[in-house]
Amino acid sequence: MVNFTLNGRETTFDGDPDTPLLWVIRDAERLTGTKYGCGIAQCGACTVHVDGMTARSCITPISALEGSSVTTIEAIDGPEAKAVQAAWSAIDVPQCGYCQSGQIMSAVSLLQFNPAPSDDDIDGAMVGNICRCATYKRIRQAIHDAAKTLEG
Amino acid sequence: MSNATRLVRALVIASGLALPTAALAQDRAPEAPAPSTPALPASDQNDQKTLKPVSAFDGIQDETERSIAIFQETGKVLLHPRCVNCHPAGDRPLQGMDMHLHQPPVQRGEANFGLPGMMCNTCHGPKNVPVVAQSEDIRSIPGNPNWHLAPIEMAWQGRTLGDICRQIKDQDRNGGKTLAELVEHMAKDDLVGWGWHPGKGREPVPGTQKQFGELYEAWAATGAHCPQS
Repeated sequence: MVNFTLNGRETTFDGDPDTPLLWVIRDAERLTGTKYGCGIAQCGACTVHVDGMTARSCITPISALEGSSVTTIEAIDGPEAKAVQAAWSAIDVPQCGYCQSGQIMSAVSLLQFNPAPSDDDIDGAMVGNICRCATYKRIRQAIHDAAKTLEG
Repeated sequence: MSNATRLVRALVIASGLALPTAALAQDRAPEAPAPSTPALPASDQNDQKTLKPVSAFDGIQDETERSIAIFQETGKVLLHPRCVNCHPAGDRPLQGMDMHLHQPPVQRGEANFGLPGMMCNTCHGPKNVPVVAQSEDIRSIPGNPNWHLAPIEMAWQGRTLGDICRQIKDQDRNGGKTLAELVEHMAKDDLVGWGWHPGKGREPVPGTQKQFGELYEAWAATGAHCPQS
């Protein structure tokens, strides 16, 4: 049995300890905002925050999360998250949208560590989040826009 | 036979040939493609998969020569991609037996732990994790509680064994370790030990960490001499 916090709520998982966190989030907890993309940590669609750091939930066994705090796209909050949400809406970043919850989780994490990232900083943080619609240019723009709103 | 009759007959024959194939295609999923050949096959030479025991060098009378020979034996591990991949000469880790650049294209970062938003622990947890997905060449994601890149002053990629030998003895380039601490590190360090337990789908380094540690002890005891190249 694994006890952890999911979006601020005490959660228990009693299944196979090797179950990937993504399965627990989507199937057991019915939070379907986090997506399955590749299953081998190559695309970033399943990105969540574990204890404040980005993590690929498709390759994180639930057994590794005892006592951890997990945040998904459904509950991401704080000034950086609000700034990212506003910037994303303002310029309509998503196209099909499938990868976007992962993109947003990485973007929020970047801004939490670095509130004024350069293009290189953005590329460095977002390099593991693939977008099949190639919305990269708007993602980068929206992160810069979000950073500007965080300045004030 | 008129041209029109010929045409009708040809069409009937053609459709008769095509129909079973079409029906088959609907009944069955297409065959999976044959697995591609890895860029570099796993080493299958036994000599490269094992480490000789210290006693194998007893016959070398000259102590300096013995020391060098022992170090050269440990080179099977040091120069193995499992080790060099995380001791790159640049700012990107390497992967695989062909030592290609890491994918996703992550960066070293100031603390040898990646960049903000994409640090090593985004993917690498405290232990190796077999992947659930079907993948031809990624069977597990490697992990260790101390997973990180070797600092740039400890880069081994592209260097000779002699260069690496002098480098790992140099306290300015080995994290300030004395020779005894270096031997201890090789023999006991858990992240060094990962090389012998690299997870599903990866070739381990030769021998065992115990044998490796014993070779280092013997190397230190014989003066810790380095090969020229």
